[in-house]
Amino acid sequence: MTLLTIDAITVNYGRLIALRNASLTLSQGETLFITGPNGAGKSTLLKAIAGVVVPKAGTIRFAGLEIGGWAPEDIARRGFSMVPEGRHVFGSLTIEENLRLGVGMRVDKDAAERDLEHIYSVFPMLEERRHQAAGVLSGGQQQMLVIGRALMANPQLIAIDEPSLGLAPKVIDDVYAVLLKLRDTRGLTLLIVEQSSARATMTGGRMLLLRGGEIVLEGDARELTRSDALKAAYFGYGEQH
Amino acid sequence: MTALLQILFDALSLGSLYALAAIGIALIFGVMRLVNFAHGDYISFCVFALLWPSIEATAFVFAGQLPPYLLIPVILTVGACLSMLSEILVFRRFRNANPATMMIASFALGFVIKYTLLMLFSSRPKSIDLWPSLSLPVEIFDARIPLLQVITIVITIVILIALVAFLKRTRFGLEMRAAAENFTMARMLGVRANAVILLAFAISGMLAASIGLILVTQTGTVDIQMGSSVMLVAFIATVIGGLGSLPGAVVAGFLIGGVSVLMQVILPFDIRPFRDAFVYGAVIAVLIWRPNGLFMPRSAKQRV
Ligand SMILES: Nc1ncnc2c1ncn2[C@@H]1O[C@H](COP(=O)(O)OP(=O)(O)OP(=O)(O)O)[C@@H](O)[C@H]1O
Ligand SMILES: [Mg+2]
Repeated sequence: MTLLTIDAITVNYGRLIALRNASLTLSQGETLFITGPNGAGKSTLLKAIAGVVVPKAGTIRFAGLEIGGWAPEDIARRGFSMVPEGRHVFGSLTIEENLRLGVGMRVDKDAAERDLEHIYSVFPMLEERRHQAAGVLSGGQQQMLVIGRALMANPQLIAIDEPSLGLAPKVIDDVYAVLLKLRDTRGLTLLIVEQSSARATMTGGRMLLLRGGEIVLEGDARELTRSDALKAAYFGYGEQH
Repeated sequence: MTALLQILFDALSLGSLYALAAIGIALIFGVMRLVNFAHGDYISFCVFALLWPSIEATAFVFAGQLPPYLLIPVILTVGACLSMLSEILVFRRFRNANPATMMIASFALGFVIKYTLLMLFSSRPKSIDLWPSLSLPVEIFDARIPLLQVITIVITIVILIALVAFLKRTRFGLEMRAAAENFTMARMLGVRANAVILLAFAISGMLAASIGLILVTQTGTVDIQMGSSVMLVAFIATVIGGLGSLPGAVVAGFLIGGVSVLMQVILPFDIRPFRDAFVYGAVIAVLIWRPNGLFMPRSAKQRV
């Protein structure tokens, strides 16, 4: 079942075109990695889905509805959870309050409590400090918190902007283990931005390469990395100079 | 001792008013980054809601005749509605405008409210005797303290406790605190922007109404300017407290109230009329010392 369809969206910041004519589709339970150099428009793509930036052209369909122009909260309430780059924990709220913020839209409160226990079991450090202000956490701990918080909404689709950034390899493994388990057990759909293709190769799934605001390559993550196509496209080799 | 007690109650009751007004401003600033200069005019509006419109010098008491258990909810509702209406009709359209534009819009709205009142009631202050029994003094350790001062302080404490309970213990409170810290992130977690902002305006409006009721009982007059002077001090208090910080607003409100009363007492008699110069001199000194206010809220640091 197709969960997300993006059709030819273009996003501008003033006169700068950050995303040009980008299209993609994502099926339920699928994993899609978005990679590309700095300034390629990866974060912009996620923000467009989240409703934080509004595309100038094109359409976005999520869970059967055209969500172009919707408010971020309405898109979130349809089952889209976003972990933006830069973490954004609520530093003055406690860790548990941060996590509970994610469940506001859920009606299944018992299941939400179980999810909270689940998040705590995966990241025990969060439970130990549940009543402390989230602002005291280290960068890596904050990353766990925001991912846990996004999962608390029990989304259909979670989009994470550079989850590996600043995390120790062991923690990255933990984070991915949680995400993949939810994908396999609940059919959670993953949309993950990573600068490097290393994770995508390990995890498997589809991969899409953005450069200069355009999607330049798309395919199976492992196949793309095996061939030289990815490297060539990433750095822009093989084009007319 | 009795004189000291009198000063203490003067300071606390004046500080209470400033603190209540400062929270009203800080709440809105927290969720919208708007310094709402119309807040003072909400106060005046609520006071005028006690009267029938008339340009006569004598006041035609209207809502003011209701018994307190009806009058208080009615005036609080008036404040909440006026404040929510101004969000829906005016501020919502400036949601993404820059702060200066929003501030100008709030000034303009303040003038609209002020001149509407002027049209309906004329500029003459009118006297109204709301709850005269409250101006009777009570004896506390031999000091004769006006009952109204005691009530003002008690009400303020109750409001502060209720507000803290709301912010810390309820879902809406949690969402409001999150929105104040990082609105965009809160929205991405499903927090409804319009609902949170509207609620903040409602609370702010009710705070304005409370101040109006206290002021009119204290002074016995209804005057178009009565909100503006409180608003000015309250605005200064929110800046000194650290814009957007609620505890900061409360502390600074009481601080300014305290300093004002203290100056009134310790300044030599001849200089007393110029008390405010000293009060605001102290304000400047504090701002030079801590340009971001005494408590800088986290939200001042990060914003998506
Ligand atoms: N709020 C903004 N205002 C103006 N320009 C922006 C804004 N956000 C991003 N840009 C510009 O849009 C382009 C795409 O940015 P985007 O953040 O989407 O890239 P990215 O692929 O996520 O990069 P990075 O790997 O550095 O995170 C860049 O040129 C960037 O400078
Ligand atoms: Mg980015």
